[in-house]
Amino acid sequence: MPLNPKAKLVENILDTQSLEQAPTRAGYGEGLVQAADNNPAVVALCADLTESTRTEPFAKKYPDRFVEMGVAEQNLASVAAGMALMGKIPYIASYAMFSPGRNWEQVRTTICYNGANVKICGAHAGVSVGPDGATHQAIEDMAIMRPIPTMRVFAPCDAREAKKITYAVSKLDGPCYIRYGREKTPVFTTDATPCEIGRADVFWTEPGRARPDVVILACGALVYNAILAASEMEKDGMKVRVLNIASIKPMDEDTVIKAARDARAVVTVEEHQISGGMGSAVAEVLAKNYPVPMEFIGVQNRFGESGDPTLLIEHFGMDARHIKEAALRVVERK
Amino acid sequence: MAATIRQDVIAMVSHAGSGHIAGPLGMADIFAALYFHILRHDPKHPEWPERDRLILSNGHIIPVRYAAMARAGYFPVEELKTLRRFGTRLQGHPHRAALPGLETSSGPLGSGLSQAVGMAIAARMDKKKTNVYCLMSDGEQECGQIWEAAMLAGKLKLDNLTALIDRNNIQIDGMTEDIMPLEPLRQKYEAFNWHVLEINGHNFEEIANAFETARAIYEKPVLIIAHTIPGKGVDFMEFEYPWHSKTFRPGEAEDALRQLRTLRGTIRSEHE
Repeated sequence: MPLNPKAKLVENILDTQSLEQAPTRAGYGEGLVQAADNNPAVVALCADLTESTRTEPFAKKYPDRFVEMGVAEQNLASVAAGMALMGKIPYIASYAMFSPGRNWEQVRTTICYNGANVKICGAHAGVSVGPDGATHQAIEDMAIMRPIPTMRVFAPCDAREAKKITYAVSKLDGPCYIRYGREKTPVFTTDATPCEIGRADVFWTEPGRARPDVVILACGALVYNAILAASEMEKDGMKVRVLNIASIKPMDEDTVIKAARDARAVVTVEEHQISGGMGSAVAEVLAKNYPVPMEFIGVQNRFGESGDPTLLIEHFGMDARHIKEAALRVVERK
Repeated sequence: MAATIRQDVIAMVSHAGSGHIAGPLGMADIFAALYFHILRHDPKHPEWPERDRLILSNGHIIPVRYAAMARAGYFPVEELKTLRRFGTRLQGHPHRAALPGLETSSGPLGSGLSQAVGMAIAARMDKKKTNVYCLMSDGEQECGQIWEAAMLAGKLKLDNLTALIDRNNIQIDGMTEDIMPLEPLRQKYEAFNWHVLEINGHNFEEIANAFETARAIYEKPVLIIAHTIPGKGVDFMEFEYPWHSKTFRPGEAEDALRQLRTLRGTIRSEHE
């Protein structure tokens, strides 16, 4: 099995039933407490979603460093900016649809333009929010955060990586946006899996010295589906490389360009609109440096809807089968 | 000092060829009082951690703040001429990173009070004696975010926070009470658990007393409603809402400066 040994993923990765399952937002809760334990300047603000964003463990452990904002996301962003300008490191949490969805201009002006060191933590990103439906499924969040100068954007692939990134951003000066999912998804990285800001890691690798037929760049919980697709394609004799692009901005351009050079065919996979998100970021890098045929897995200019999360992922074409089909298509286009 | 600041504003905005005039003129007395009497600050060390924080929410009146800062010694008065020019530290709307001492970048209305609330919360967490002041326009009270911030400040009883509304009754499209009635403004803030004072924003003693009183109020944030005359000091600008943001025609800037220097002809100016 061509798992990249350096990625130190769990060994039973393809046995989905046996894997630990946890939502990436749980990683937020743990990473936030870890950051707070490590640095007294870390504070947290939440807009009436303390339990579901998993801010609660922090609020219980550090009540004097927690501010309950009520349902007021514009105020959430700008109050955090003010606190940051006084030396605090505020983490602000809500659903991604509302923060940074509703408070975009406050994020741009009062956080980024101000140079305020605020961490924006958007829970319930993607259509996998499920039954709540389209109003609560943020699938444009990366597109609106990515173009703001100074903003960094992250989409962790599982709860363990979410914890690492949540903690790591406390040591970065400047605004960061991290998106998290609501649903339990497979935890397939380990404490030893590399996780570095601005670095893309190879999770699945082509065997030996052969060139890969195709490279799949994925972010968020769909990295797991990309690995399932790669494993299926391997059975058909295809050589596939899968990269985890948790750090969308800054992006590991060297690794992305190298992957395109090696495979000459790229598929991007994200639980987000195909315009403006990770796939677009990759396309920007490749169009300039090494243009190759690309296919984009993501939501195709539609709103989400209610339903079972797994069904929705299939319905919007982001399951392993659709990823495999896209990979076959792009190989044909070489 | 307020008269000097007013002249600086006219000179800056006419030199720049664009910018807001009526609001800055109306707030000149309050800025003079803040920078020369009320604020705990050090113009030579604008990043002094113990300083009071002055947040200007309605960033468009920034010429008056630049003028007050220059006169207080933050930077040379000569630099005022660079307002709105390429490469200037004096951006058309204030930018925190461009000029030390500005505290925040502002312009989009309605978000200054939130940032001031954040600063007041942080100061309280750290048991700092810093006072946080936030200046707002009356027109921006139409922004919902202001009331989100007002609600939070009332809930947290932020007694290290004093906000001031420049109640000049004008906004871009006309008179505030025609565009969107704000009254009863005082009662609105009182209902949000603020202590409210009302003053004549051109009376130095009333301005100073109000800020003194604000410091002595415990358990509540304080709002000062300062009644001001937009375009104060220049007869053809006073109460005229088009002067909210309008460029000078030939001769108008000179006329305005003459009026300000001579208190509308009641005294002789050395320039005449």
